[in-house]
Amino acid sequence: MPDKNTAWECLQLIRNKNRPTVETYIPLIFDEFIELHGDRHFGDDKAIRGGIASFEGAPVTVICQVKGRNLQENKTANFAMPHPEGYRKAMRLAAQAEKFRRPVICFVDTPGAFCGVDAEKRGQGEAIAQSLYLFSKLKTPVITVILGEGGSGGALALAVCDRLAMLENAVYSVISPRGAASILWKDAAKEKDAAEVLKITATDCKNFGIIESIIDEPVGGAQNSAEETSENISAFLSGTLLELGKLSVDELLRERYNKFRKIGVYIE
Amino acid sequence: MALENLFSLVKERWKSPAGTVTTEPPVENEKPVDKPKPSPTFKCPRCMQVTPAEVYADNLKVCPACNYHGRMSAKERLNIFVDGGTFSEFDKDMRSLNPIDFPGYDEKMGALREKTGLVDAIITGTASIHSIPFVIGIMDSNFMMASMGSVVGEKITRAFEYAETHKLPLVMFTASGGARMQEGIISLMQMAKTSAAAARLSEAGGLFISVLTDPTTGGVEASFASLGDIIIAEPKVLIGFAGRRVIEGTIKQHLPEDFQSAEFQLEHGFVDMITERKALRRTIRHILRLHGFGGDKIA
Repeated sequence: MPDKNTAWECLQLIRNKNRPTVETYIPLIFDEFIELHGDRHFGDDKAIRGGIASFEGAPVTVICQVKGRNLQENKTANFAMPHPEGYRKAMRLAAQAEKFRRPVICFVDTPGAFCGVDAEKRGQGEAIAQSLYLFSKLKTPVITVILGEGGSGGALALAVCDRLAMLENAVYSVISPRGAASILWKDAAKEKDAAEVLKITATDCKNFGIIESIIDEPVGGAQNSAEETSENISAFLSGTLLELGKLSVDELLRERYNKFRKIGVYIE
Repeated sequence: MALENLFSLVKERWKSPAGTVTTEPPVENEKPVDKPKPSPTFKCPRCMQVTPAEVYADNLKVCPACNYHGRMSAKERLNIFVDGGTFSEFDKDMRSLNPIDFPGYDEKMGALREKTGLVDAIITGTASIHSIPFVIGIMDSNFMMASMGSVVGEKITRAFEYAETHKLPLVMFTASGGARMQEGIISLMQMAKTSAAAARLSEAGGLFISVLTDPTTGGVEASFASLGDIIIAEPKVLIGFAGRRVIEGTIKQHLPEDFQSAEFQLEHGFVDMITERKALRRTIRHILRLHGFGGDKIA
C-alpha cells in the first residue's frame, strides 16, 4: 500500500470533476432504487435525495447528498448544499425506515449546509439539530459513508450512525480549510496550510476514533474505477449490515449513544 | 509561524494589567476612583447609542435606548438569575487538551483563563430559583466566544444526564460562535453528543428550557440549543446558523439589521417567546411550576 495522501492531496482528488458521485454509485450498489420526494412541509430539496432500494436482496432506505457530475446537475443540486427541507426529507425517510424496520444507509458528500437567507428563514440550525436528535434514537441500524466532502454540521446531520466509514480520500472537517484559513490568517488562499492543521483525512479521523472504517479507493483515486470503488463500498455495507443485524434495538441504541458519548479530549 | 506570533502577542496583552479574576462582583461595580479617567461607556452594537457603563450595568446590561440585551459573563448571569448561595458547580476543573495540536491553542486558553477566571466557556451545576431546584448551564462568550469543544460538550452532556438521573428540570443559557475550530473534528462531534443527551432527557420525560442569549449561532444553534421543550430568547440578540458575512458574501447584498435577531426567529417560528432579562426569573419559575416543579400550587 502506498503512503496515504495528505489532506491537500485528498482535497484535489475529491474536487476532481471525474470523481464518482452517488449518481454513479447508487445503480452500481443497489437494485431497484425508488426515489421518494419531499419533506411534506415545504418542498423537495435536490441536494439530498433518498428512497428505498434493495441491497443484496433486502430492503434498505438510502439517503444521500448529491454532487452533480456537471454544472447543470450541480446547479440543480445546489452543489450538494442542502436547505432545511433537505434535512427534513432525510428525517422523514429515516422515520419511515424505522417504521418498516429497514436499515438506513446515508452517503455524505457536501461542502456544508447552505448558508443563505431562505435557509435561515426556514431554520437551518433547527433542521440540523432535529436531525441529530432523530438519528441518535432511531430504532434501526444506520450506516454512513462519506464519499468526498464531509463538511461540518451539514455532513454530521446524516452521520449520527452506528458505523461511519470514509472513502480513503474523503475528508471530514468542522470547518472548510478555506474558511479556517480566512479566520486564522485572514487569507483564504492559505487553505492548503489550514487543511493540514485541521487533520481532516480518513486516517486522522480513524486515529481520533471518529470513524470505524476506511474504504479503499482504486490506485490513484475513485475516479479511476467507480466499479471497483462501489464494490468496496458494497463489501463494507454487506459486512456491517450483518454485524449490526445481530444487535437488539436496545444494544444498538446504547452503543450508538456511547460511541458519541465518549468523544472528547479533556482532563479533570 | 505567523499564527504563534499573533497568539503570543495577544497573550502578552492579556497578561499585563488585568490579573486573575477570582470573585464574582458584577464587573461594573461601583468603586472609589482615585485618578480622573474618562468614565467607561457601552456602545450598543445594535443602535450605536453610547451609554455610561454604570447605567448600562444597573440596567442589567440592557441597552436603555433600544432594549438590546447585551452579553453577560456566566457569573453575572448566575448572580441575577438563581437564588443567592444555591449554586453548586459541576466539573469545575475540567479543562481541554489540544487534541489536534492546533498551533497556539494552549497559549490562547491559558491567557483566557487568566483573563476571565473561567476554565472554559461554560459553567454548569445545580441551583434553585424561588426555591425550586434545577440544573443550570451558562455559556460565557468571554471565553473564545463560547465555542463548543470537548469541555463545553462534555459539561453540557453531563448536565443533561444529571437532570435525567435526578429528575430535575434543566435550564441552559446558550451563547456561542459555534463549534471550536481549534479542536477540529472532535468539536463537531460535540454537536452529536449534546443532541443525543438532549434526546435521552426528552425520552425520559425531562424538561429542558433553552434560553438563547447573544449570540447563539453555528454548531450550538444547530444542536442542543434548538432542542429545548421551550425555547426563550432575549430581545434583540443574534440567533442563527450561518454567519451574516458568509451569507452577504454569497448573495452580494447587505442584509437587513434584524436578520437573525430574536424577533426574526420568533416571526419564523423558531422560538417560543422573547422574554426580557428582568422577567426571566418570573417566567421560568412559572414554567417550572406548570411542569410540576416547586409544589402543587401553580401561581
